[in-house]
Amino acid sequence: MELTINRLCYQLIENHDNFQNTVLIGMQPRGVYLSEIIHARLQEITGNKEIEIGALDASFYRDDFRRRDTPIEVSGTTIDFLIENKKVILIDDVLFSGRTVRAAMDALMDFGRPSSVEYLVLIERRFSRELPVKADYVGQTIDSVVSERVDVQWIGEQGKVILTNIE
Amino acid sequence: MSSLSVDHVLGIKDLTKEDLELIFKTADNFKDVLNRPIKKVPSLRDITVANLFFENSTRTRLSFELAEKRLSADVINFSAASSSVKKGETLIDTVNNILAMKVDLVVMRHPNAGAAQFLSKNVDARIVNAGDGAHEHPTQALLDTFSIREKLGKVKGVKVLIVGDILHSRVALSNIFALQKLGAEVKLCGPRTLMPKHIESLGVKVEYDLRKGLEWCDVANMLRIQLERQDIKYFPSLREYTMMYGLDLELLNSLSKKIVIMHPGPINRGVEISSDIADSEHAIILDQVENGVAIRMAVLYLLAEKIDRQ
Repeated sequence: MELTINRLCYQLIENHDNFQNTVLIGMQPRGVYLSEIIHARLQEITGNKEIEIGALDASFYRDDFRRRDTPIEVSGTTIDFLIENKKVILIDDVLFSGRTVRAAMDALMDFGRPSSVEYLVLIERRFSRELPVKADYVGQTIDSVVSERVDVQWIGEQGKVILTNIE
Repeated sequence: MSSLSVDHVLGIKDLTKEDLELIFKTADNFKDVLNRPIKKVPSLRDITVANLFFENSTRTRLSFELAEKRLSADVINFSAASSSVKKGETLIDTVNNILAMKVDLVVMRHPNAGAAQFLSKNVDARIVNAGDGAHEHPTQALLDTFSIREKLGKVKGVKVLIVGDILHSRVALSNIFALQKLGAEVKLCGPRTLMPKHIESLGVKVEYDLRKGLEWCDVANMLRIQLERQDIKYFPSLREYTMMYGLDLELLNSLSKKIVIMHPGPINRGVEISSDIADSEHAIILDQVENGVAIRMAVLYLLAEKIDRQ
């Protein structure tokens, strides 16, 4: 897992140099922790101690409001900088249906007009997309069936992928 | 636990402590939204809300309407003064006619206590009580306690003095319930004629001396003297009321500690509080108004979540 995160960081650096015009945004709730790990690692590698990082909650933009069995739990949004004309990297732990990142993009646009948006996920689930969404940076790709739930459990910086059957 | 325990918000009395905390937490997020460049979220895109105001209101009505629009709901407005109510239509008929136009949520203010409760039993829509007679005004109490929580960081253990016309006040009753559920201490202060009998049975204390009350409290909520409801004389004159129960800067500065001043509006300047206090740093009156929109967004959002989708 550590190797994977390191690789993702170097891929980001390839495209974003020293992050002068790039910001990281972790997606609430489970992408935030990953974004903090990546943020710390990037600052270490690039030596730029002023890489901006925020957290985005897209609950109010979801398309499954009132269609879920369990209500949506709202978390906080903290974006203390302008995203206008910035390159934004959205960070989440698992890419499944693609609906969360769609909502996140809508939410993001309400903060301004970024010059570009990229999407980084630690785990990409194959064959489960419901929207035409693809991640720009992928940690690992896994095959799983819809009846399984994929979580990343963190112990410090060590993430572990947990599959549970939800049927 | 992240959904309300009730299907309608009729009064604070029916809500649990967890409900209040959920509403506050949701309102925190909406307050964030209200400070963004684009102050709008698409959550209630497919919901239609009717605002039925059978009694005059500026602040509450604007606040609800703005909250609904910030949530992207469709809004229709109705006020009794310009409607068929004057032609003798009953409340249920009026509302059912409006619901026939496919409305999901009704926000209602009515001069009679219990009107919202009555409606919730007879029509098929979610009801939010925006004030019913001298009974309850839940969203006002929510925004008041939310403002205290924001200003002092907590509600538990805070001493709140509610001053003025308790007898005619729905704001006082809702505030008592909300504050007690969240663990605050409540004392009431006002002329004997405007103090309901047996109010102590709610677990509140009564104080007839304003200065003593102010010395005790951390927060003073100064209610409006409801000039329109003074059908009989409860006190000799407004001037005398102001002398006994009006708050001015001189009195405030003579207290041994700094207290927070609240007012649900509209203010009768120079009656319950003087102009210099209303505009001073002690008062959080305009914060209350700002928080009102976030609180109402939270209430509407959480109720809308419970609407079955057909």
